[in-house]
Amino acid sequence: MPRAQKVTLVASLALVLCLSASVMLLGPVDRARPQATLEEVLYLPSPKVLKHMSLGYEGLLADIYWTRAVQYFGGHLTQDAPTFKLLAPLLNIATQLDPHLVVAYDFGANFLAPPPPNGAGDPQEAIRLTNFGIQNNPSEWRLYYNLGFIYYIDLKDYAAASDAFLRGANIPGAHPFMRVLAARCAEHAGELDTARMLWIATYQSSKNKEIRANAMAHLRALKVDDDIGHLDVLIAQFHNRTGRFPSSFAELQIPGLHGATPVDPIGYPYKLTPDGRVELEHPEDFTFAEKGLPLGYKPSAIAKFLPSDYN
Amino acid sequence: MSSRIVHIASNTFREAVRDRVLYNLIAFALLMSGAAIFVGQVSFGIERLVVVNLGLTAVSLFGIVIAIFIGIGLVSKEIEKRTLYTVLSRPVQRWEFIVGKFFGLAGTLAVNTALMAIGVFAALLYVSHRFHAPDGWIIVALYFIVLQFLIMTALALFFSSFASPLMAAVFAFALFVIGNFAEDLRGFAAMTHGVQRWLATGMAYLLPNFSAFNVITSVAHAQPVGGSLIFYNTLYALVYTATALSAGVLIFQRRNLK
Repeated sequence: MPRAQKVTLVASLALVLCLSASVMLLGPVDRARPQATLEEVLYLPSPKVLKHMSLGYEGLLADIYWTRAVQYFGGHLTQDAPTFKLLAPLLNIATQLDPHLVVAYDFGANFLAPPPPNGAGDPQEAIRLTNFGIQNNPSEWRLYYNLGFIYYIDLKDYAAASDAFLRGANIPGAHPFMRVLAARCAEHAGELDTARMLWIATYQSSKNKEIRANAMAHLRALKVDDDIGHLDVLIAQFHNRTGRFPSSFAELQIPGLHGATPVDPIGYPYKLTPDGRVELEHPEDFTFAEKGLPLGYKPSAIAKFLPSDYN
Repeated sequence: MSSRIVHIASNTFREAVRDRVLYNLIAFALLMSGAAIFVGQVSFGIERLVVVNLGLTAVSLFGIVIAIFIGIGLVSKEIEKRTLYTVLSRPVQRWEFIVGKFFGLAGTLAVNTALMAIGVFAALLYVSHRFHAPDGWIIVALYFIVLQFLIMTALALFFSSFASPLMAAVFAFALFVIGNFAEDLRGFAAMTHGVQRWLATGMAYLLPNFSAFNVITSVAHAQPVGGSLIFYNTLYALVYTATALSAGVLIFQRRNLK
């Protein structure tokens, strides 16, 4: 074999082998420095300094930090007992760099306020971020909606929620729900219905798949709470009438079911216990349900989303 | 290593010194001494932080600029001056020429970095009055910077084996910038679907990953660097450098020099 051909062959082999090795080494390199890039956020003196350092490319840098925030949240959501201590600084940096990054405010409102495991448990930071968003994007009705949502769901401050919904309702193009929500919050009536309206509006008006899945999981849980609430009333009426608890759902003669067993939103039949309680067959599928949990049931530290939640 | 490679490497080193590449050390020395004196007067409690951050960043940037701008001219300059024909007319093979050039520039950068490191530690001693145990991690950060230089030198040589100096500089600099955002690139890839996902993931894995070499911030905060990271970064830098060099050799081997 001529010398030139030999060199070409060896160089080609070295190229393929070394390239494959470099690709395979990226995994161990990543594992050797977990979260290193993200934790550097904690060292940044302020997003304003970062803005100056970006030399005018703050839009691109904002997109990068926004992507990091989403990945950070998604990565921690599947951990046992997740905490999201970097979510607020990451979103803060992304929005300071690009104050018109509305999707980041949406994300913050949905995942900064709720308590762990479904969020960072920091409603005040969520409100601060949303107010900063409103200040910079006063014509975005969704930001007022987010603000009202945090006040209603997380802080139970109905007057502040009503005020936020009303301010948002006055913006041209606002969702028709906004005015209704403002009125309902002012009356502070029908909490389950109001909560359902809020989650439906969230689902319908967001394009972010995490936000939509979260809304869908809450809607499933609200349906369970609603179903079991009605069943509890029927069981109480039966008990008052007969002095005992029903032995089956058929005895309750639930309107529309013709003696059949009622099912949860996934399709599993509800269970009726001898002491007249209604329980879920698979409570782990309803992370946010407050009713139907078996006695002594410990909810998982990880919020569970079903594949159908992402549809 | 063959004696021919050693000769080419030592000539490349001498040529770089003759070209006053090491003059950048004067600028670096001025920067560090100025920073050390200035920082001591204007900042409270973060003198060490500023000196380490500024010093290591300057070492990295100076070196990257040298690696790119000297690296891209290593082949084209020899062709332009027609000295390449003299070299190749002797019993020197093309791959030996490329590998020798690489070691020559890598050696220049290593010496340059070692001298700058003395400057960083001198400035640190000036502001802190004595060394502390965590200062040892600065050596690891400097080692990672040298590993980056190896990759950049190999990439600059690779581009210079087929592109004009200007285009080679643009390509090399673009790869340096993209490589520093390699993790984010993989993040973007993970958020896409279908064909775009495959394409983006492929790109993210093929491009150099410089983000893992950047430990300047954590070292400035006196945080240790894991032994496994040192090991895997070393391996990664060596195989990626070998990849770029092999690609450069392959192209240069087939290049028509007439």
